[in-house]
Parts: sequence; C-alpha cells; structure tokens
Amino acid sequence: MCGTCGCGQGEKRVEDLHPHQAHDHAGHAHGHGHDHAHWPEHSHTHPDGTTHRHSHSPGHAHSHQHPPGDDPAAGETRLLSVERDILARNDAIAAENRRALRAAKTLALNLVSSPGSGKTSLLVETLRRIGGKYPLAVIEGDQETTADADRIRATGVPAIQINTGKGCHLDADLVRTAMARLGRPDNGILFIENVGNLVCPAGFDLGEAHKVVIVSVTEGEDKPLKYSGMFAASALMVVTKTDLLPHLDIDVDHLIENARRINPTIGVLKLSAKSGEGMDRWIHWLETARALRLATD
Amino acid sequence: MHEISLATALISLVHEQAIAARARRVTRLVLEIGALSHVDTHALRFAVDAAALGGLAEGAELEIQEPEGTAYCLDCEASVAIAARGAPCPRCGGVKLLVQGGDEMRLKEMEVV
Repeated sequence: MCGTCGCGQGEKRVEDLHPHQAHDHAGHAHGHGHDHAHWPEHSHTHPDGTTHRHSHSPGHAHSHQHPPGDDPAAGETRLLSVERDILARNDAIAAENRRALRAAKTLALNLVSSPGSGKTSLLVETLRRIGGKYPLAVIEGDQETTADADRIRATGVPAIQINTGKGCHLDADLVRTAMARLGRPDNGILFIENVGNLVCPAGFDLGEAHKVVIVSVTEGEDKPLKYSGMFAASALMVVTKTDLLPHLDIDVDHLIENARRINPTIGVLKLSAKSGEGMDRWIHWLETARALRLATD
Repeated sequence: MHEISLATALISLVHEQAIAARARRVTRLVLEIGALSHVDTHALRFAVDAAALGGLAEGAELEIQEPEGTAYCLDCEASVAIAARGAPCPRCGGVKLLVQGGDEMRLKEMEVV
C-alpha cells in the first residue's frame, strides 16, 4: 500500500479491442486476454527443486536463475556498487516508446490532472474540432470502467482503456501494450489521458513528447505549490472551466504565478471546453507542436 | 509518489544485480532518495520490506541517503540549496529557480553474501 496516496498494485488491464472469445453478458461485453496475475505474488518450482514465491510487474521475463551452492564467493560479504535509477526499467521502455513515436512522426501528449479537472471533456471537444484532419488516437487511464474510452469513441476517434486496478498511474509498459493494440496515429497526435492524480504520474515517463497539466478554476490557486512535482514536469498548464469564473473567488493570475514559481518555463493556456473560449489557442498549440514533430527527426 | 511501484521496481533491480553477482542473499541496500523527489521515505521502507518478502533481499537492512535539493536561481544567477520546490532563493529571495539536483531515486550500492 502506498503510504502517500493509498494505492496498491491492483489488477492492471489493457482493454482488448479484438478479443478472441469475446461475448456479451446482459448489457456488457468483455474479452479474454492472455494476461496472468503478476501480483499478488505466486510460487513456482525450479529444475533444482527449490520452490519459492515471488511477484513481478507486467512485461517481465519469467526466466531467472538461482546461484549454484558451490559458488566460490559464497559466505563472503561483498559490497556491490550499482548506481542505477530505481525506475530504470520504466525509463528504458519509455525510451523505446519515444523512439517508435518519433519514427512514426506521432506527437504524444501525457495529460495529467487531479480527478474532475475536465480532462475528458476537453479531449472530446478537441477531437470534435480537429477530427478528420489528421490521424488521432487516445489512450485512457482510469482505475476502473471504460466510461472515458466510450466517450472518446463516440467522437469517432479510436481509443483504448487501460484500467490500472488499484494502481494510481500509468507506466511505460502499459502504454507500450496499449499502443500495440490501438495502432499508432502516424503523422498525427496520440493523447494519453493519465489516471486523475497529481502525485504519482509525475515520476513515470511514458515516452510522451510533453506532459500537459490540466487545472480547473474550481481547484484554487495553490495546486502548483501543493503538488509541485507535476508542475515541474509539465511543459504546459491548461486552466479549464473558465466559464465558471464569474461565480468564483479564484485569482487566476496568482495560480499562474505559483505555477511559474515551480517551473519558470511552463506555458499557460486558459480555456473553457463548454463555452469554447480559448479553444482556438489550444488547437493552435497542438498544431504547432505537431508541426514541430513532423519537421524534425 | 508511488512507493509500492518504486519498491517493486527496486526489488526487481536488486534481484537482477544479485543474480548477476551470483549472490545468495542481499543483506543491505543503500538508496539515494533526493529531498525533492516526492518520496515518503517512511512509506518506502514499509513497501520495500513487503516487496522483499520471499526473495533474496528479505530482511535486508535499508539505508536511505537524502541528498538536499539544489537549484539555479535565475535572479541572482547562483546555484543554491533549497528545501522544497517552490521555496524562495536563500540568497536573494527570488522565486525563479530551476531545480538541478535532489530529485534522484537511485539504488547506490548493495551488500551481498
């Protein structure tokens, strides 16, 4: 259990868009993937007869060895200098994702925010405005339900849902699996909507070009100071629901000042997906970022 | 930050390194968790103990070093130490600081038998 946010490693599922044996049950569909449980731990027996229990993250290799008992070094205490990042494995897979996306001239954006910031509404309105001009695709991360992917698919844009179970963030391996099932939007934009959480997703590189942090005007001015890691890691802050400003006391300039205090180079956009105010600038930002991806290797 | 994910990744890395070194058991781990890394070290200790159960590093002693945060102040153009992101420059009080260090999460060394 994560002492910071209360999450654990639940059953992670990437939605199967082409299930082999899918069938319907009274109003809901599900597929049979090939996944097996990596967590909680499981036991197995090696050829030398030792049985042990262990667990591992998705995407692991199953083979491993035990040292032979006649190891000459056995019994001596040794100090090994390792000097490796703890998330090195995630970072290596993220680098693979990034290479694949770059080769396909696909702009990938990792959208992060607290729950209820209006990420999905912004995405639906964005897809409605640019859908059909160039390829688009969406990876949706949530602990449970395919509700968000269903909302996206209703716009005609391909989407896949990753359910993280009790997990509180997407990781590079889940995104790699989702990309393989979804297909890449070559020369277009891949939106990755992370799990609503301003803490944990900051540390997990997915292979995106940029993180975009989304904050609604109802969340107050202090979010950047309270959850600084996310604002430090993001290239752009999008302030949403500006149509509500007449009803609120928030000082948006103070919110922006706080964000720049954490990250002096962060870009800022203000918009309302509902009224359409500011949407043109956001679309312009997306098209400029896509043009840069298309123009560079 | 997500301590369970970190602990699981750490123990995988530890197993990998221990097996490569033909070690039978891991007795001590030394981590570097920067002051700006958003890791709750108390939660991390708990998570590492749990993740290590049943493996080569079960019961290993855990030493966590916490390097301080360092940043470059755009106002006074100096490298300074900071306690948290968003903290003002201790030299000039400026608030435009680029974090340079103190956000690491590394396995530094391990003691094995």
